[in-house]
Amino acid sequence: MASKAVQPPPCAFSFSSSPIHRLSPPSARPPLLCYSWPSSSLSRRCNHTLSLTLCAASSSSSSALEGGKASEKVFHGECFVLDDNIDTDQIIPAEYLTLVHSNPEEYAKLGSPALLGLPSRYPRFVAPGQPLSRYAIIIAGANFGCGSSSEHAFVALGASGVKAVVVESYARIFFKNLVATGEIYPLESAEGWLCKECKTKDLVTVEMEKERGLLTDHTTGKEYKLKQIGDAGPVIEAGGSLHTLARPQLDKVERARKPPSIREHACVAGFVHFNLLALAALRR
Amino acid sequence: MNSAVMASTSTPFINNRKLLSSSSSAASLSGFLPDSIHVNKKEYRPSIRAVMAPPQPQRPPSTTGLVKQAMTMTEKILARASERSNLDTGENVWVNVDILMTHDVCGPGTIGIFKREFGENAKVWDREKIVIIPDHYIFTNDELANRNVDILRDFSVEQNIKYFYDINDRSNFRANPDYKGVCHIALAQEGHCRPGEVLLGTDSHTCNAGAFGQFATGIGNTDAGFVMGTGKVLLKVPPTLRFVMDGEMPDYLLAKDLILQIIGEITVAGATYKSMEFTGSTVESLSMEERMTLCNMVIEAGGKNGVVPADQTTFNYLEGKTSAKFEPVYSDEKAKFLHEYKFDTSKLEPVVAKPHSPDNRALARECKDVKIDRVYIGSCTGGKTEDFLAAAKIFLASGKKVKVPTFLVPATQKVWMDLYGLPVPGSGGKTCSQIFEEAGCDTPASPNCGACLGGPRDTYARMNEAKVCVSTTNRNFPGRMGNKEAQIYLASPFTAAASALTGYVTDPREFLR
Repeated sequence: MASKAVQPPPCAFSFSSSPIHRLSPPSARPPLLCYSWPSSSLSRRCNHTLSLTLCAASSSSSSALEGGKASEKVFHGECFVLDDNIDTDQIIPAEYLTLVHSNPEEYAKLGSPALLGLPSRYPRFVAPGQPLSRYAIIIAGANFGCGSSSEHAFVALGASGVKAVVVESYARIFFKNLVATGEIYPLESAEGWLCKECKTKDLVTVEMEKERGLLTDHTTGKEYKLKQIGDAGPVIEAGGSLHTLARPQLDKVERARKPPSIREHACVAGFVHFNLLALAALRR
Repeated sequence: MNSAVMASTSTPFINNRKLLSSSSSAASLSGFLPDSIHVNKKEYRPSIRAVMAPPQPQRPPSTTGLVKQAMTMTEKILARASERSNLDTGENVWVNVDILMTHDVCGPGTIGIFKREFGENAKVWDREKIVIIPDHYIFTNDELANRNVDILRDFSVEQNIKYFYDINDRSNFRANPDYKGVCHIALAQEGHCRPGEVLLGTDSHTCNAGAFGQFATGIGNTDAGFVMGTGKVLLKVPPTLRFVMDGEMPDYLLAKDLILQIIGEITVAGATYKSMEFTGSTVESLSMEERMTLCNMVIEAGGKNGVVPADQTTFNYLEGKTSAKFEPVYSDEKAKFLHEYKFDTSKLEPVVAKPHSPDNRALARECKDVKIDRVYIGSCTGGKTEDFLAAAKIFLASGKKVKVPTFLVPATQKVWMDLYGLPVPGSGGKTCSQIFEEAGCDTPASPNCGACLGGPRDTYARMNEAKVCVSTTNRNFPGRMGNKEAQIYLASPFTAAASALTGYVTDPREFLR
């Protein structure tokens, strides 16, 4: 398991290191006697930045990421372009909300009605009778995913085969849910309004390397920078499951809140006592 | 000051000496023995002057509560729920949840995730803090929809959930004593909304409960599944936008007009990641149901949650509904708000939100040439008792019949009973239902979410054709009520009733002068 110190990302969602105990004040004095901490949990409590522990990609997670999708950082395919304020009812009409997507069969059924709620001026996203869309990447405007807090909307996009969404901005609940489930990579454009520049059916490549995110429109030949995916990236890679990351984090927080246990006290006290006895012996 | 220094160190004895040296003038306390005292150096055994106490985690002064930071209401509620004395906006904190609500659309998904993550035989964190309210797709023959209510029932029985408002007999809602109706109004009417608490729901309009001075917001199935198992959620502390509404509320204006005005002002993304606080003399004069309408549409501006400070109106409403103890909190005077908007309510006019966005604001009187095909009065936003009383007032003032089909869907069983039981002021003892009947409206339907979000094809009042509707609901994006080409004008119950009487979008002042 790799441990990473977390930087606050440019995107809104983060498990940023906001510790219960703030950074030690300058007046903090070093201990009188130097010794090593017997218990690692103690040292963690005195360590003032909580680190985010990444778990290996959870094989038990039932997210849509499968067949190498989780480790892909480059997506290629035709794009589908949307305007501002695409709400969840346009992404999946409410009559399909009866499907329970934690059930794999019903999950698969959510693919074909994806984006069926769009006005008629848009082309059809999924061909009638097909379970998957020919479009791998969605490009949209501001406030994408506004409306309902239900997860059906982006699950439908994921079920239809969408790999990445590149927008101007996300609606809050939609973004939070997206990252919690790890369904699709949520990306934001760093320059220009991509939804005005690109057209549906343009062939695009989306690259999400660590330092740079880039969208290349092969049809127009232009390149556009994307914002760093930040914290959301590793979360999605790990299966996106809130539970993969949230539970260990919560355990740490709970331990940090509790006072030191008697056992831990005893260890330290014993160690101190031993050292003091040794010191007294030396002075005799 | 001294106490702060004391608290921040882990070597009390050493500090004591330094402390005394700074506060006392006696030279003898400089840490050295004075010369006048002779010590036999051979026999002098250095006594242990300091014992190292087990190191405590560093505690900056603010966490002891001695140094207080001015906080907004939302920050205070979250601080208390996360057992912190101070919070910064933008921080992610683990918050203890007081109530988790779910319904028939998101409940099964949430339950599936809960079982997947915590185990098939796992128990929920607290059987009394989960409220399960079927309300969205109830009165339909859709098999999946009916199955979803069964899933909720099975889970509630298995977990012994205290508050499950079940429905078995779909042909007659009155035959189901437990069934309530629209979740957000049921939560309020059953006393689950209390000042100062944290309420989460798997529905975007959970922010409705902010009217009670609590933190209430919508979450997804995955987050809800986690809360079900642990009772905690990771939340980012939002900054607050303050809306100060002063002035006497004109008699042709309702809370729906106020919130449409605000959303039109800040746009559908104007409050994203932010909290919306409503204060001012106008807000104080609003009833609880009107306050709920205000907070209900916070999500339409992208807001995380809405709050109205709890006051005597709140406490009066809660009397008899809940025996649980609660402790309201209020924004500090010097709390920092991101922006403050001031409104003079006496100068506002009835507004509508034109298709296809809740922020597409226009004055109702400027839309008087828009011909409409139907009117819908219902939903958590506009289907409460007072909303129907308002509509009845307009019909009563006119005395005429409606010119278009007018659909009435009470939010809950209680609202339905009020329609048939409560006398409308100034009507000589008539009830809402009688006035609606005389005006030619449809019979009030079974309480549920109804056509607000379209739903299965056989949903009552669903828009299956490209028509124009004036509605007291909350969203009007394309296809919201069914047909993608249909046009929805969001309006207050006054405006909706006035429009029904003329067949065009109408300013209610036409009937109220």
